Amino acid sequence: MSGAMNPETQAVEAAICARGIVRDFQAGQTTIRVLHGIDTDIRSGEMTYVVGESGSGKTTLISIMCGILWPTEGEVKVFGTDIYKLSDTELVNFRLANIGFIFQQYNLIPSIDAAANAAVPLIAQGMAIGPAREKAKKLLEKLNIADQADKLPNQLSGGQQQRVAIARALVHEPRLVVCDEPTAALDASSGRRVMDLLREVAVAPDRACIIVTHDNRIFDLADRILVLEDGRITHDGTEMPEDH
Amino acid sequence: MLWIAIRMLTGDSQKFYGLLFGIAFSTLLITQQLTIYLSLIDRGASGVYNAPEVEVWVMDPVSRTTDVSYAMPSTALDEVRSVPGVEWAVPHLRSAASVRTKDGDLEQVAIIGVDDATLIGLPENLLEGSKEVLQQPDTVIIDDGGLFNMFGPDADVIGERLELNDQRAVIRGVADSLASFTSTAVLYTKYSQALNYVPGTRNRLSFVLVGVSDGLSSDEVAARIEEQTGLKAETRDEFADAGITFIVENTGIPTNFGITVVLGFVVGVAIVGLTFSLFIRDNIRQFGALKAIGVTNAKIVGMVTAQAGMVGAIGYALGIVGTAIFLWSFSANPFFKGFFIPWQVPLVSLVAVMVILAITGWLALRSVLSTEPASVFR
Repeated sequence: MSGAMNPETQAVEAAICARGIVRDFQAGQTTIRVLHGIDTDIRSGEMTYVVGESGSGKTTLISIMCGILWPTEGEVKVFGTDIYKLSDTELVNFRLANIGFIFQQYNLIPSIDAAANAAVPLIAQGMAIGPAREKAKKLLEKLNIADQADKLPNQLSGGQQQRVAIARALVHEPRLVVCDEPTAALDASSGRRVMDLLREVAVAPDRACIIVTHDNRIFDLADRILVLEDGRITHDGTEMPEDH
Repeated sequence: MLWIAIRMLTGDSQKFYGLLFGIAFSTLLITQQLTIYLSLIDRGASGVYNAPEVEVWVMDPVSRTTDVSYAMPSTALDEVRSVPGVEWAVPHLRSAASVRTKDGDLEQVAIIGVDDATLIGLPENLLEGSKEVLQQPDTVIIDDGGLFNMFGPDADVIGERLELNDQRAVIRGVADSLASFTSTAVLYTKYSQALNYVPGTRNRLSFVLVGVSDGLSSDEVAARIEEQTGLKAETRDEFADAGITFIVENTGIPTNFGITVVLGFVVGVAIVGLTFSLFIRDNIRQFGALKAIGVTNAKIVGMVTAQAGMVGAIGYALGIVGTAIFLWSFSANPFFKGFFIPWQVPLVSLVAVMVILAITGWLALRSVLSTEPASVFR
């Protein structure tokens, strides 16, 4: 795997090193600049929140950081690999090996059960379905929904579906977990429980966790908070600034 | 990933069955219509197939098929017999006649006069009676299709009297024969008897049926006959093809069946295309998520191909089985006698199904492949 981690590099570099990230979008004849030269590092062992108003560019930023959206300018190194210098196939394989995704709408496959959904990254890596499901079931056990492993997504509550999505993000033991509004579709108590769980299972010394959210109910769970306003980082600290 | 692809498809039962229906319906329509078409035009050669011992058919140069012939003078028979390589040559008469049944119904029939001595020209097998009954006076043997059409499926017609062009005819046998293209009832009788039934004209010899001597080919003898007599001589295969070609060139059947086959294809594309597109649209976020997670476009193509392949295989099998059931269920009806599915027809249907799936799969894939993985974050 081209994106395999070099232990020496890991010791000296951040999990994600973003430099001069600029992203423009075309709207007819108009070019809209969404990100204005972002420089930041995301460290392993931390749960980093990217927060900001709608349209501030936070989703664009994490899309670029995890290798699913090309920056107009700038460089992104993930575990020392300059991901936008990889070929398309290498980048896809890099994501499969190193990144776990948790989406706002879960995006579970409706016709396969929870265990199979959680096992998708392993199956995509080429593991046989049986062993992949068994491994996923162990993770579901850790997430306290082992008894739901054989149920289809539409038989699960929102909180349970998000736990399956967390299992899917972690089952292949990625070094970077990217979450997009993980509590947006959940009520307050479910959201809190999911985040507690996520913190418990996703944060590890050799793993970075980056979360895009505007849910102020869970800000206290962050190790670090980046505030984005109009495509610029206006705050980088362990707590939200007073004026937010 | 193929397992996931198949589960994605089968899990959406409405669309899965919709896709199966589309493919099965197209396959059924294309296979069934092509089968009927080929079996039907094959009947243009039924007159040739019903006289299996004949190797060369000799006729007036303007004659085209067993049913479109111009009578020759009776001297043609002796001319043909004098050609070296002709093992035997017998007269054969084919003509139309009107018949009135005992119940007073009027039917148009075909009269076939076979050689008095050898009975060459009769179908190989009889369902009722024996070939020798033709030696009895006023005897005719009716074909099984004609029996069905004129008297119904279970009628006992042995001994039935007919008024044939104002002359008496008695049915004493039923021939096991292939129906003609027009499904007209056929009455076989001796050549000498047929001359009585058919209104008199100077020339009434429709064909001279020929067997070739050992060691010679039909082509060779046919060429000799043409050279020496000036008549037209065709081998069994050539004359059978001529009968089929005549139907193809002189009827609207190819166009009509062709339109139905094309409609089957278009309906297949429409149903499968629409359903497949809906299926992909409903799952576009899941495909986007898979792409974000790290499933390559090649694997996505493999997934959609597996889905299309599965639908195609099952739908195609259902369509072929449906066609077979259709033919089997009508097999008792003489109209469908001799109908079969030539091996080329399922092959054509398979190609059509593959094209349908290739078109619709490609259209569906375009939206999946153009989906940005980043779209799942929006």
